[in-house]
Amino acid sequence: MPPIHTATSADSNTGEPLLRVRDLRVSFKLDEGMVRAVDGVSFDVFPGQVVGIVGESGCGKSVTMKAILQLIEPPGRITSGEILYRQGPDEAIDLSRLPPRGQTMRALRGADIALIPQEPMAAFSPVHTVGEQIVEAIMLHGRQRYGRSINRHDARAITVDLFRDVGISIPEQRIDAYSWQLSGGLRQRAMIAMALSCKPRLLIADEPTTAIDVTTQAQILALLRELQRKYDTAIIFITHDLGVIAQMANYVVVMYLGRVMEEGPVDEIFHTPRHPYTRALLRSIPSMQGETRTALPIIKGTLPHPFNRPSGCPFHPRCDDVMPERCTKAVPVLHSVGQRRAVSCFLHSELAEPA
Amino acid sequence: MTSVSVVDSAAPLLDVRGLRKFFPIAKGVFRRIVGHVRAVDDVSFTVREGETLGLVGESGCGKTTASRCILRAIDPTSGQVLYRTRGNEVVDLAPMSRAQLAPLRRDIQMIFQDPFGSLNPRMTLFDNVGEPLLVNGVRRRRERMDRVAELLRLVGLRPEFMHRFPHAFSGGQRQRIGIARALATNPRLVVADEPVSALDVSVQAQVLNLLLELQSSLRLTFVFVAHDLSVVRHISDRVAVMYVGQLVELAPTAAVFARPRHPYTAALMRAVPVPDPRVSGADAVLIGEVPSPASPPSGCYFHPRCRFVEERCRREAPVLRELIPGHFARCHLAEQLTLGGGGETG
Repeated sequence: MPPIHTATSADSNTGEPLLRVRDLRVSFKLDEGMVRAVDGVSFDVFPGQVVGIVGESGCGKSVTMKAILQLIEPPGRITSGEILYRQGPDEAIDLSRLPPRGQTMRALRGADIALIPQEPMAAFSPVHTVGEQIVEAIMLHGRQRYGRSINRHDARAITVDLFRDVGISIPEQRIDAYSWQLSGGLRQRAMIAMALSCKPRLLIADEPTTAIDVTTQAQILALLRELQRKYDTAIIFITHDLGVIAQMANYVVVMYLGRVMEEGPVDEIFHTPRHPYTRALLRSIPSMQGETRTALPIIKGTLPHPFNRPSGCPFHPRCDDVMPERCTKAVPVLHSVGQRRAVSCFLHSELAEPA
Repeated sequence: MTSVSVVDSAAPLLDVRGLRKFFPIAKGVFRRIVGHVRAVDDVSFTVREGETLGLVGESGCGKTTASRCILRAIDPTSGQVLYRTRGNEVVDLAPMSRAQLAPLRRDIQMIFQDPFGSLNPRMTLFDNVGEPLLVNGVRRRRERMDRVAELLRLVGLRPEFMHRFPHAFSGGQRQRIGIARALATNPRLVVADEPVSALDVSVQAQVLNLLLELQSSLRLTFVFVAHDLSVVRHISDRVAVMYVGQLVELAPTAAVFARPRHPYTAALMRAVPVPDPRVSGADAVLIGEVPSPASPPSGCYFHPRCRFVEERCRREAPVLRELIPGHFARCHLAEQLTLGGGGETG
């Protein structure tokens, strides 16, 4: 295979995807009407790869994450699509068909597929020590993930090792701390230890560094990169920060109003963006090199209210390249434009969603 | 164009000298005071009329406490906050009583971080934005309505929105409302505490542009508190970097970013993730954590995390020195080190 633009070797992974999301749709039925939070999202996650999902608030990135973990609460509902998770060489299960509280999903959630939430303060229980909470997870999933049942003593030893792994000093003591006794950085490290405790194959990180300082963020990102290499875990990294995405992801999915605007290898998304939204987004961030105290290029208008979805392409009212006849009337399909590269824009493909 | 600090002959609008704010730590049944959190410890800087001073640092560095002392939302422990009034008279805000401060309050206003928490959800935009006017003696409703309409137009919102409630607006629109409220009394100095950090990327650019526009049209002076260095670099004329309650570097923006003189500033700059996958930031990690301002380390507060640390740094606390005109740093080794901006490694 000819070497294509690759940020890391993981890009050239040609095996079967670990997770395959196809045309996922999630709706929330509210009194005011139907909100289509996720409206036809497709992407693949390969083993050992970091997929970044980037978008502004309300773009559906967190709902996508919740759908994968089957954590959508009523009135929300997965209305269509597939979430194929590959358990073995020839064995894929569609997570979207599984009952959220059923045996299979409960065995997968927190074990095969683990989550690093945005706010570790809210995710840890304040009345149990962080160690206890991790020990509990290890004992619960032990047989399945470690191949043997694990007693409390062993689980504690595993937790101490994990703490050391994620760079928590004096782990033997910190394991008995409550979450509120730890600093933001340590708390997030403990959360990462918890997420890794059952040797996940897929890790979902939902804005894991949004609530912490830049220097701590740099530490956490470096840690995640290192652990990812060490355990070869696949990661779905959700963030609104383009800098973080550039530094973390191999493959990027850009979302807007519940739809994928564009996806592709990280280098191509940042250096040859195809969708007007991606281009506008990249232009609008203040850089560390550019001119200062000048007007930044902006994306005109505001994010539409979810009940007021524009007709046609959801981005057309704010798009600089809008084609009035075309973009306002039909919804462009996410169409492949090269190897592992797809764009949903009429500038690149004439294909429209069936009306 | 930003002029690199020609010494301004005019008196600064704001001149903060030796500002300190200590919070007592009380222990035991009798709430005996056992120590102090030195949240702001001997901070001095000036802000010239029409300029933007960016105040940066990690959480807990004292940037918010310092800005609240300027606004006199809290009382400083010691130090002076010298403010030049419209009548060109220099007054010290720090020891003033509430009554003495009252007439000056309209000159110094604040923009808050959280566009959701900072507006009263039970009040319409007219009441939210118009309240500072009412407090400052604009009693006639008609007059207030005209002014609120003008303010909303100024920040890019439609005057018809006046009778709606904040919940009807997005984060970016709410931040515009917060800006309109801050501008209601025609202030001269605006303290903005992380005004764009809760906003989405595209909205952030819009609000930054608005602030720059308003600054030039209304001749505003900004103290811009933020942790995002790329935002601070974009909007500020000069940058002040704080660490554990102290100023560690103060200089014109271009100078700081071209050649920071304090290792902490350089580390902070390298920690910003670069939105370009071809620029690797993998090795740009500052080890350790910010020490507690209740028990800071000996010598230079930054020495446990500094990769250039020498014996002297552990013993002797450095002072803030002027290295070249307008460029201050608190580091023993400031002259010897060649620190780079975003791209430096190793």
